[in-house]
Amino acid sequence: MSLYKRPESELEFQENFSQKKPLMSDSEAFYESARCLFCYDAPCISACPTGIDIPLFIKQIQSKNTSGAAATIFDTNWLGNACGKICPTGVLCEGACVHNHQDVPPIQIGRLQNYATEKAMSQNSLHFTPGEANGKKIALVGAGPASIACACELRILGYHVDIFEAKDKPTGLTVFGIAPYKITNDEVLDEFNYLQSQLGFNVIYNNPIISKNDIKQLENDYEAIFIGVGIGSTASLNLQGEKLNGVVGAVEWIEELRMNHHNVVVPDRVLVIGGGNTAMDAASEAARMGATEVTLAYRRDKMSMSAYDFEHKLAVSAGVRSIFQAQPVAILGEHEVTGVQFVKTLNIEGKLAYVDGSEFDIPCDLVIKATGQGKQVKFLQLISDLSLDSKNRIVVDPTSYQTSNPKYFAGGDVVNGGAEVVNAAFEGKMAAIGIHNKLSI
Amino acid sequence: MPDLSINFAGIKSPNPFWLASAPPTNSGYQVMKAFDAGWGGAVWKTLGVPVVNVSSRYGSINYRDTRMAGFNNIELITDRPLSDNLKEIEEVKKYFPDHAVIASLMVESQEEWQQIIKDVENAGADGIELNFGCPHGMCERGMGSAVGQEPEVLQTIVSWVMEVAQVPVITKLTPNISHIVDPGLAAVRGGTNAISLINTIKSIVGIDLDTYAPYPVVDGKGTNGGYCGPAVKPIALEMVKELTQHPEIKNTPVSGIGGIETWRDIVEFILLGAGSVQVCTAVMHYGFGIVREMEAGLVQFMNDKNYNTIYDFIGKALPNVTEWKHLNLKHKVVANINPQKCIGCDLCYIACDDGAHQAIKLDRTNGNRIPEIIDENCVGCNLCALVCPVEECITMEKRDDGKQHVTWDQRTQLDDIPTSFNDDRAGGKHHYVPTVQDALKHRSK
Ligand SMILES: Cc1cc2nc3c(=O)[nH]c(=O)nc-3n(C[C@H](O)[C@H](O)[C@H](O)COP(=O)(O)OP(=O)(O)OC[C@H]3O[C@@H](n4cnc5c(N)ncnc54)[C@H](O)[C@@H]3O)c2cc1C
Ligand SMILES: Cc1cc2nc3c(=O)[nH]c(=O)nc-3n(C[C@H](O)[C@H](O)[C@H](O)COP(=O)(O)O)c2cc1C
Ligand code: SF4
Ligand code: SF4
Ligand code: SF4
Repeated sequence: MSLYKRPESELEFQENFSQKKPLMSDSEAFYESARCLFCYDAPCISACPTGIDIPLFIKQIQSKNTSGAAATIFDTNWLGNACGKICPTGVLCEGACVHNHQDVPPIQIGRLQNYATEKAMSQNSLHFTPGEANGKKIALVGAGPASIACACELRILGYHVDIFEAKDKPTGLTVFGIAPYKITNDEVLDEFNYLQSQLGFNVIYNNPIISKNDIKQLENDYEAIFIGVGIGSTASLNLQGEKLNGVVGAVEWIEELRMNHHNVVVPDRVLVIGGGNTAMDAASEAARMGATEVTLAYRRDKMSMSAYDFEHKLAVSAGVRSIFQAQPVAILGEHEVTGVQFVKTLNIEGKLAYVDGSEFDIPCDLVIKATGQGKQVKFLQLISDLSLDSKNRIVVDPTSYQTSNPKYFAGGDVVNGGAEVVNAAFEGKMAAIGIHNKLSI
Repeated sequence: MPDLSINFAGIKSPNPFWLASAPPTNSGYQVMKAFDAGWGGAVWKTLGVPVVNVSSRYGSINYRDTRMAGFNNIELITDRPLSDNLKEIEEVKKYFPDHAVIASLMVESQEEWQQIIKDVENAGADGIELNFGCPHGMCERGMGSAVGQEPEVLQTIVSWVMEVAQVPVITKLTPNISHIVDPGLAAVRGGTNAISLINTIKSIVGIDLDTYAPYPVVDGKGTNGGYCGPAVKPIALEMVKELTQHPEIKNTPVSGIGGIETWRDIVEFILLGAGSVQVCTAVMHYGFGIVREMEAGLVQFMNDKNYNTIYDFIGKALPNVTEWKHLNLKHKVVANINPQKCIGCDLCYIACDDGAHQAIKLDRTNGNRIPEIIDENCVGCNLCALVCPVEECITMEKRDDGKQHVTWDQRTQLDDIPTSFNDDRAGGKHHYVPTVQDALKHRSK
């Protein structure tokens, strides 16, 4: 069942993709901040991957020291503005708020955080000063959240920072991947520009690091290198028919939607394969683009989905139908996709078994594969002595984020295998401190 | 339905809810509207030689998202000509013969006092209130609190009034004095029929951090104002009690004023001996309609307790308000946390550890956030129960058997009190105190 009309104008697009966590008004922030109890050793702080002093910044909002609140936030999380809108707060800070235990809605920490930082930025009331230049140069590969956080922190510590980015835009998946109803492109880029204009790190765009030579150059020119390349494109399903027209990878399709939504036409029947957050996002987005029949197909049961429950609910509320215990076996069609053949599955002692003879087809006009992204193995293999774990994640020291090759540090999805922006922001910052500690010896 | 009517020093009123002399009683229009809304009486905005007011007159204390927890004004007495006020008093009495209209007055000379009393009596006022309270502006001119702070002057003026007044006279006191009994006694000795209190408290509610002027700012400057509203209720209650317990004053009816907003506040004033109550700020905040809540609550209370009239419970708390030296030192309560209710904010822990007696333990094993009371260390100060955001989550449990009763007074008579700096009888002598190491382990890296 479709709940959304096909957007035919920018206004209609914005209506279908209206912000889930809109900017708070002054009054909302005033009343909401008044509810915070200023807990001792507050559980919301421990639930934030970056450890923002949440009761402090909320008290600062309440006492009308909004730029002080923003300083508290940026002090621990360089992407504090975006995080306020895009963090899955229900399972992080807000999920830990003590109010949950008395059936009172938790404090809307994310929105307060976004409010304080937005105010500080739009009023230009918060200023960061780079540290005194220490003459040392650091190269960062990739301009996603991990590298941005690392760059800001390194600038504060006095390093010269050059970021090499393959694309023509900064912020990585924040601008290319995150659902448009969570944050707008302008908001993402505003925060980036604010940080860059004040802290003065360089970004060299359209400059992928792809060869041994590129690597050698970096190793020669820089004292340390931070790897923040994230994870790669959608992995192949190795299925018959995968090359047909109308079969796309979720991250690629979402990127097109974020960059070019006026030209994206979604057909009536969309099938999304996968059970992670990316699958939920793709399904929600297809429905909001006006597809009349969006189906999510997952090979295990509902409980086994790695997606957050609230993301699944959001997709369902957009009119998405879910099918569980269905394994795709073939993609059907001659030139254009016409459907997908599935076989029913059973969980037997934790293992997935196919039910013989249970094949069935789901007709569709677009297949979005959201079954995980490949790792940047090709790139990582350019670097000598770089240890990866069995899932091709870079192995790092848990405090300094230094890799097995002492010249390299790493953080973000390339290390954690694909988490949230807030994790990338934390790891990038920690790596900067790791680099500083190493180079200060 | 209980009978709410009162006879306050001869002034009859259908209920004890009166408007205090202030902006809500500035005009006949307002007083009539108030009576229709349910108020039993009104003390007219203070009459005298009309004043000129400034623009920008009020300031307030907002606590978090609560507006006007305290309220402050730099307004003077009425700025309207006396004849207009007298005409409106007459009109009000015509439409509301059974409601109480009390004229508040503030003038300087004996002639003026005696003249204005005749005027308001002729207009039909049921009583007179002498405003010896205004702590700003008027006192600079030798009136208001300048009188209330000088018991002798106050007594003289009350006696001038009593010479001529035909209707009951209420003397309104200022709280801006260290011992409220002094002006109270002076009023009684001057012959007053009743006392009302408190007027506003001298105050500065805040400073504008850009212009460096106090609120309310008048063209870059400000002056002290008079403070009232919910924040002043405790001071008013205490001052009412000082008078209602005093042997020479206790037979004089007292009208309680200060921070009254709900029926609970009213019952508290009555329990401490007030025979009527007056309200200003709550009406300035919410309008006359709040009297509905006051009346409904008071009726409910009286029904629940089986009281037929206000006089069935007036002053009922007074025997329990005693001096510190008569409190039972053997009474012992200890805090108890209900783990089912606790939400783990740990405010009780930090309040006790930093601000009280280190009697709450926090064990984070398995992410636990429910604190534990260390019974031996708890002195029963109530702090944790007060900071706890969950109703009735921390309760103070009685631990003495109720058989022993020893007061400071008794111990003094028995010579059993600490008398030297290092006396063994020091109350906290064996109380647990953490070590130096305990203190230093909180140092941040
Ligand atoms: C569909 C989707 C939805 C998401 N939704 C959310 C959400 O709601 N909330 C949330 O917090 N997180 C969300 N995430 C996760 C979040 O976007 C990532 O965790 C985060 O962006 C990781 O940051 P990063 O810096 O490690 O990598 P990325 O953001 O991936 O950035 C890597 C950058 O490196 C560049 N790069 C790659 N290879 C090279 C190279 N060889 N040379 C030069 N540059 C290179 C890339 O172009 C990119 O700009 C979502 C992710 C996806 C895919
Ligand atoms: C703006 C304002 C003007 C006041 N004017 C007078 C006055 O003219 N005469 C007087 O006796 N008291 C005056 N008061 C004091 C009130 O009558 C009352 O005593 C005081 O506000 C405490 O009561 P509350 O806490 O209910 O406001 C005034 C108070 C306010 C706020
Ligand atoms: S960064 Fe995310 S998790 Fe941390 S406080 Fe902000 S919104 Fe919550
Ligand atoms: S847990 Fe909730 S109430 Fe407590 S400090 Fe955090 S946001 Fe405030
Ligand atoms: S103050 Fe109350 S709710 Fe908070 S930790 Fe203590 S007992 Fe629990």
